[in-house]
Amino acid sequence: MIKKILDKTLLPLFAFLLALFVGGLVIGFTDNKVLAKISSPIEFLKILGSTVGNAYLALFQGAIYDPNLAEGKSFMAGFYPLSETMVATAPLILCGLSVALAFKSGLFNIGAQGQFIFGAVGASYIGFKYEMPMVMHIMVATLAGLILAALWGGIVGLLKAKTGAHEVIVTIMLNYIAAKFLLFLLSTQYFLRPGRLDPIAPSVKETAKLPSLFGVDYRVNIGIFIALAAAVFIWWLLNRSIIGFRFRAVGANSSAARTAGISVSAAMIATMAISGALAGMGGAIHTLGNQYELTDTVAATFGFDAITVALLGRGTPLGVVLASFLFAGLRVGGQTMQANVGVPVEIVLVIQALVVLFIAAPDLVKRIFKLRNLQEASAMASKGWNG
Amino acid sequence: MKNKTTMSRESKRKLNGIYSMAIASIFSIVVFAYLPKVSGDVTYSFVLDKEWVLIQQWVIDSRVGAYGFSALSVLFTALAYYLFRKGKKHGIAIFGFSIGFFMAFLCWASAGDFVPFTGLLQGGLILAVPLIYGSLAGLVCERSGVINIAIEGQLLGSAFVAGVVGSLLQNAWYGLLVAPFAGALISVLLAVFAIKYRIDQVILGFVINVLVIGLTSFAAQRFLREDSEKWNESPILQPINIPILYKLPIIGPMFFSQTIIIYLLYVIIIVTQIALFKSKWGLRMRSVGELPVAAESVGIDVNKVRFRNVIIAGAIAGFGGAYFTVGSVGAFSREMTAGMGFIALAALIFGRWTPLGALSAALVFGFADQLRSVLSIAGTPIPSAFMMMVPYIATIIAVSGFVGRVRAPAADGIPYQRGGSH
Repeated sequence: MIKKILDKTLLPLFAFLLALFVGGLVIGFTDNKVLAKISSPIEFLKILGSTVGNAYLALFQGAIYDPNLAEGKSFMAGFYPLSETMVATAPLILCGLSVALAFKSGLFNIGAQGQFIFGAVGASYIGFKYEMPMVMHIMVATLAGLILAALWGGIVGLLKAKTGAHEVIVTIMLNYIAAKFLLFLLSTQYFLRPGRLDPIAPSVKETAKLPSLFGVDYRVNIGIFIALAAAVFIWWLLNRSIIGFRFRAVGANSSAARTAGISVSAAMIATMAISGALAGMGGAIHTLGNQYELTDTVAATFGFDAITVALLGRGTPLGVVLASFLFAGLRVGGQTMQANVGVPVEIVLVIQALVVLFIAAPDLVKRIFKLRNLQEASAMASKGWNG
Repeated sequence: MKNKTTMSRESKRKLNGIYSMAIASIFSIVVFAYLPKVSGDVTYSFVLDKEWVLIQQWVIDSRVGAYGFSALSVLFTALAYYLFRKGKKHGIAIFGFSIGFFMAFLCWASAGDFVPFTGLLQGGLILAVPLIYGSLAGLVCERSGVINIAIEGQLLGSAFVAGVVGSLLQNAWYGLLVAPFAGALISVLLAVFAIKYRIDQVILGFVINVLVIGLTSFAAQRFLREDSEKWNESPILQPINIPILYKLPIIGPMFFSQTIIIYLLYVIIIVTQIALFKSKWGLRMRSVGELPVAAESVGIDVNKVRFRNVIIAGAIAGFGGAYFTVGSVGAFSREMTAGMGFIALAALIFGRWTPLGALSAALVFGFADQLRSVLSIAGTPIPSAFMMMVPYIATIIAVSGFVGRVRAPAADGIPYQRGGSH
């Protein structure tokens, strides 16, 4: 049992450490104070270590616990950064699940970004336009976003099933179309906030905002539980339901699945619709729990981070949850790192990219760490544009 | 002559294309000419020289213009059908149809307005330059069997390096010189992981983009902002006039009074088009991209050919990247390629993985973008967001096979292991 867990976590762990190490080198070797000492090796290593150490410490403080915030207040006040990380984790989990579910059915959903946008649009519109009682308002708004995003994702499945159009190409293009469409929507009278000319919609009504968990001091809200519930649901769907079995069968070998009487087209369309719904739910939660108002940059980079999350989490719901927390922490902590020690937050992108690169290339990590018997990542079978 | 019952897939596709042209022509007559309630004068201005003074103006009533140009597209559609029936190529008729349709659209969209026509063409060409470089980079890569989603990263990385080197040495030419090496370096990453470690190429390209965006933005924040005088004030390449040719009206200033990057582009387009279909290099490229087993059976080292071509592709993208900094504004700014790499990918796909196809698609996309900015100043019936969607929607239509199916090279994206097993 322990060996099994170790097998599964060792590769991501080493990949992450390696990425942190390379990221540290980038931070160190671009720092003027460090470079000034390059002539004396011992001094150089010392200052290199402390510079990188301070950067990562600031990152941690910005993501999990900051003793400075607790000073003069309660111990708990130091957990404010953790609350922020949780806020960012929730939509990321949902987007990550969206990509992971599609992976299991053999589809590569790059379109979480666009689906997220439609989820945010639906939730925002119901949120600011209508008056409803508290719980119902949240449910209706989320549902609206979910349906829009499911349709947007479903298009991809439909095109793939009926015409063979490659889902990667279609989703890349649909992401851009969704972003431009959002820009258009925000310029129409239906969405434009009265008295404003910049692309911003009215704020959602109080009844549509997700209630926070620990009072007004912390922004963490029930969104995180919705996301966790979705993760459990997807686990059940994939591992315990007939539909999930069909999805996996199509993902493992679509021609065998077809021979066994499974409708591959139906599975593809259903997969993409559910994937879309998940990412859309992420958009809805982000809008109702964090942003409250729709802007043209509402999706930030959630949809793209989702791909790295799904890869790091190896396509399993639990993995996605953990990976989301990690990347959300990096993102949130990166802001503090930039503010406190002046290391640009973009280093987080570098670390993120490296983690995925190392995960995707297990041979490389094995060679570097001289690991043997390391269980290979369920290698993403490389298939061509025509596949 | 082909019999109708045994019509090949190719001619069926062509026929569908002609039907689409007919439908578009009718659409043009109805929507652009018949339906609008009001019509107004459209003023087209032509700048014949480099001097920014109006030399020629042409005023036409928008409805009359729309009818006239729609009639032109109907005429060319008929010509296309005639040529098709005769079994001859009808590319020229498609071109004529496109011009008619486009001009009818322009008359409708800018009724009562002023259209700087030469500026439109010139701006479109300029916007298409990085797209063409990017799509050619994608082409060389994908024709060899390696999917290139990292065009965006290649453009951005080389734009950064070109800008920084140009600034440090205060000479744009050095920037241009190092750009292809920067592009090639990013390609090395793509090649090593795709060919040696056999990673899924879509994931890989995607990750490379994130990595390059991260690194360039990090460095931009760290160095370029703090000491921009030293790091980020590159001079730019100056236009060079090609003797005699540059004096030609309209096309002179458009094509022959440009920077070296654009002249290089002409060379690269011609060389790729000819080399791909006529040279040993091109034959090998196509063979490892279509059927690597067969290529190996005649003694071609598949992975070596792929590796080399992926690097070459990076170098081509490098010139396109240089265009963003030393070729136009000089200074680098974060994520300045702004998704151009993906439009280049779209152009490649829309152009059916052929150099001339990618070139035309890139020109159309660049032109559509320029048209958008011209029309958004003039004020039009179409929101500019929809004009921005053109490349993306066109690509989805192309891959879905509504107007003839596009097909990628057969082995595109599939890693190759010796002996053909994978």
